[in-house]
Amino acid sequence: MDLWLSILAGTLVAGGSYLMMSGAMLRFLLGLVLISNAVNLVIFVTGRMTYAGAPFIDKAVGVLSADAANPVPQALILTAIVIGFGLFAFTLALALRAYSEMGTDDTDEMREAEPKTEEKPL
Amino acid sequence: MTLLLAPVVLPLATAAICVLLRKNRGFQRPINLLSCLALAYVGLLLLTLVEEQGVQSVQLSGWSAPFGISLVADRLAATMIMLTGIVASLVVVFGFSDLSFGEEKNGHPVFVQALLTGVCGAFLAGDIFNLYVWFEVMLIASFGLLVVGGLKPQIDGAVKYVGLNLIATTAMLAGIGLLFGATGTLNMADLHGKLLGNMSEPGVLAAASLLLFAFAAKSAMFPLYFWLPAAYHTPSHTTSILFAALLTKVGVYTLIRVFTLVFDVQHPLLQTLLVGSGVATLTLGIFGAMTETIARRVLAYLVMVSIGIMTLGIAVGTPAAIAGTTLYLMQTLIVTAALFMAVGCVAHLAKTENLPEMGGLWRSHPLMGALFVIIMLGVAGIPPTSGFWPKILLIEALADAQRWGLVLAVVIGSLATLYAVMRLFSAAFWQDVNTDETPNLDLFRFAPVLILTVLVVGFGLFAQGLVDTAKASSVNLMNPSVYVEQVLGGSK
Repeated sequence: MDLWLSILAGTLVAGGSYLMMSGAMLRFLLGLVLISNAVNLVIFVTGRMTYAGAPFIDKAVGVLSADAANPVPQALILTAIVIGFGLFAFTLALALRAYSEMGTDDTDEMREAEPKTEEKPL
Repeated sequence: MTLLLAPVVLPLATAAICVLLRKNRGFQRPINLLSCLALAYVGLLLLTLVEEQGVQSVQLSGWSAPFGISLVADRLAATMIMLTGIVASLVVVFGFSDLSFGEEKNGHPVFVQALLTGVCGAFLAGDIFNLYVWFEVMLIASFGLLVVGGLKPQIDGAVKYVGLNLIATTAMLAGIGLLFGATGTLNMADLHGKLLGNMSEPGVLAAASLLLFAFAAKSAMFPLYFWLPAAYHTPSHTTSILFAALLTKVGVYTLIRVFTLVFDVQHPLLQTLLVGSGVATLTLGIFGAMTETIARRVLAYLVMVSIGIMTLGIAVGTPAAIAGTTLYLMQTLIVTAALFMAVGCVAHLAKTENLPEMGGLWRSHPLMGALFVIIMLGVAGIPPTSGFWPKILLIEALADAQRWGLVLAVVIGSLATLYAVMRLFSAAFWQDVNTDETPNLDLFRFAPVLILTVLVVGFGLFAQGLVDTAKASSVNLMNPSVYVEQVLGGSK
């Protein structure tokens, strides 16, 4: 299971990177979503992939038994998903605004902040 | 205990109040300012407490460390909170006249307070995932600040800024995940114990590299700096000052914190990366600052020069070098704010930010010119200003460590900084005038610059206090046992 999830995470990162390098704003964002999901999977795997036992720590032993999944990473992913979702909503809105203001989706063509024609230095 | 929560709760509560009052400038402004002043005061209280009783920590909701979320304040964190409060107060005053009515109504004060929440949270975080959350708070607030004006260049700058920063936070999250996988803990004090001697494990090293990538992108180090000169000159001057003074410095702060407490910066791979990146950041910063013709873009590259210098200090990692770096970090907060604010005033007076179009301000505003000269000396690190001492400490430390190449880099960086600010000065003040009418400088703009200039000179003349704090905090940073004991103390 861990191996399959690792391969899946790797595939997601590869696909995400490919999309991000296309230069189009929307593809960049979709790529980012893929990569952040890959990262979520990576965190998920760190807490053991099993549903055998309940994650209670026996006082006599003091550590989580080997057949239980650690719940902490799952809590981390929930936080990360929420944050990621919020940021994605913002960036989508920003992308839409950028497209309507500058009339292009290509980040290389967005030269409002750094104009191409530079004046001669002093 | 409440004192430790105050730097986070205070700005957050103020942000909420500012949302409610956003249509009422008369109430919003004083509350905003009072909250920032209170933050500075809380920082001062925290610093005195830490000086008297050592490192302070609080376990939220009574979940003992390493299971719960810890907030920890040591000397460095407390000092940074105090300086953040001071700078934020002055920036807020500056914003009273610099911000447009629309920006204030659309939530600029709210975002400022949210940003301060994230910044102070990052200073206090004792848990690495909690640190990630504070970074996100800071990030979303900074997005808001960048686009609140709604102008075309601002949207464009925000696209680049948002894109690169989101990649960095994703990397940070992946690093934290790997770190948890390798150690089973997120508490930084606990991580310190578990990672001792384990630095070369592939999982740990991968996590360290990912976190280094993330913090390097936050602090605009080479080759991850592109967002900085693309975005810093687009928003209102108020926002630029806040960003330049706080955001990249938080990156450097976390770099110092994580790479002294959690990871060992002396690991050859990390050290090589940091040295290479530091020198490259410094060099590119210099070239950029020398050739740019837009005032704030020159400053953006100057920020990079200072980031490069601090990176070199962290990379060398001896106690003396860390002392120099922490002192540099403290004073650069003030000096960067002063420089950006002075340029904000100059741009207002000249009605342009384009260097070739400026000029003649020496005749019309000699006092502003005098302040600019002093700030300029502070940035370049020439006595009697505050910039002098950290550079001396740092150069001494690098020389002791026999890193002569790095000494040369720091010296060249300082000289080039001086050249770049002088170029700025001569363009704004000495060049022949095109327009004969310049507006007057109002008190809201002038007073904060004056106060910051006084601070720059004051810290230079009475440097002993800050130097002692920096040295003491570097002793704490290099021997994390006190910090670790305080955080984990009662739990085991």
